[in-house]
Amino acid sequence: MLVKTTIQGLLTALKGLTLTIKHLFNAGTARKTKDIKNPAYFEEQQGVTTVQFPKEKMPIPEVARYQLDVEIDDCIVCDLCAKACPVDCIAIEAVKSPEAIGKTSDGSVKRLYAAQFDIDMAKCMYCGLCTVVCPTECITMTNQYDKSTRKLTDLIYGFAEMSDQEIAQRKEEWTKFQADKEAAKSK
Amino acid sequence: MSTLILYILVPVAIFLFIALFTLFAVYAERKIAGFVQDRLGPMETGKFGLLQTFADILKLIQKELITPAAADRILFALAPVVIFVAVFIGFCVVPWAPDFMPANVHTGLFFLMAVVSIDAIGILMAGWGSNNKYSLLGSIRAISQMISYELPVGLTLISAVMITQTLNLNDIAFNQGILAQQDIYLLGIWRVNEIGGFLSWHIFQAPHLLISYVIFFIATLAECNRAPFDIPEAESELIGGFHTEYGGIRFAFIFLAEYAMMFLVAMLGVVIFLGGWNTPLPNIGSLRLADWTTGLGWGIFWTLLKSLTIVAIQIWIRWTLPRFRADQLMTLCWKILIPLAFVCMAISGLWRILILV
Repeated sequence: MLVKTTIQGLLTALKGLTLTIKHLFNAGTARKTKDIKNPAYFEEQQGVTTVQFPKEKMPIPEVARYQLDVEIDDCIVCDLCAKACPVDCIAIEAVKSPEAIGKTSDGSVKRLYAAQFDIDMAKCMYCGLCTVVCPTECITMTNQYDKSTRKLTDLIYGFAEMSDQEIAQRKEEWTKFQADKEAAKSK
Repeated sequence: MSTLILYILVPVAIFLFIALFTLFAVYAERKIAGFVQDRLGPMETGKFGLLQTFADILKLIQKELITPAAADRILFALAPVVIFVAVFIGFCVVPWAPDFMPANVHTGLFFLMAVVSIDAIGILMAGWGSNNKYSLLGSIRAISQMISYELPVGLTLISAVMITQTLNLNDIAFNQGILAQQDIYLLGIWRVNEIGGFLSWHIFQAPHLLISYVIFFIATLAECNRAPFDIPEAESELIGGFHTEYGGIRFAFIFLAEYAMMFLVAMLGVVIFLGGWNTPLPNIGSLRLADWTTGLGWGIFWTLLKSLTIVAIQIWIRWTLPRFRADQLMTLCWKILIPLAFVCMAISGLWRILILV
């Protein structure tokens, strides 16, 4: 019994050791295919699998769903994405306009200026709910995923294009329009 | 005066060697671990990550020494010193080349075993002094393990010493090659004083010493607290075992001691069983390979080569075998290794009486 377990223990240890040393000597070569779409991908079982990230990258599909991107010209500032977001990573501030500003590429009429459109990528959990609710499909997920930075605030992506001056001007326009309307009513 | 300088220089040289060896071994360990697991290991610091361990040690040297508020300050500060010194002193009796050793002591082997055992006290000091349950658990495990595994190590060494009839490590190494002062026989039959080479190593002089060596290797692996016997450190269950609370240069010394211990036991096994500084190449007729490859430089080269090979095997085993459970560990020691070591010892006695006469 004791002899049997001893021999068995030594044999299994040897088996494991041969397995690991095979891998040790195969480490001279790296696996060539990095693309999982390649039919030969799973046939390569030997060699190092490491992808040295910043220097080389894994191929990803064009329609990959990583970081959010906003086409601000198509945005009607409806705030639906911010409401849909489960982690509240989208912050939107709208300024009303007296008349229609213009049209988005799909023909929706824009009536609000986007004074602020910030997405905090540190909070984003990549659920994609915002892209589903967007009526003009201006918020999309892209194939960009490398967002390493040295500052946490760099992860708050601002998509609004208006300057502070412009925002103040639009706000003033709106208050003036409101005041004019009030004045017209009271007349 | 010159002897005084020599007395200072020798320990400094050994310390430098240990430090360099540790830097190299940690790098090798991480690389081997990477390759075994189909990874690359450290790659960013320097070409192929060669400067990784230098960066590590620079970081450790710079770090603040933190003593936990509840720790026993004296024991806590003293433990790394005791652990390191215990292993460090062990190096003073091991020969590197013919007559080239820090101290030629007649009871070298006994001295080494005695000094290295102090390591266990250092580990207990570290665990108790930290005043942390994981550290204490780790050190208790380490003590039980090291004391248990001292037995098979001692028994295998006795079985070798019964053949050599001396405790002087220098003489033990001498009697395994062409410079032997007494008659040596391959398998107790064929006189190999002239031939030398691997044929005159102890494991071939008396074949049961090969089993002894395997026992010695397994037991010393446990003595260094290395995987698969690393339950005192057991990163996944005890965080880091007895060195959980250590940081900075103190941790560096504990680490240094661990790697120095690896090299020391590898070197001890090489000296006692694998011919020490003797060349593995035998004299074949007029081809005097053994004569050509014996000497001071060659001796150091062979010692280093053999010891580093053994260290490589230790690392290889670490990245292959999973950790033992505490009861399995004790079963292996008390029920398998110790009886086997006793059998080897008995065979050694009979060998001495019946074959070597």
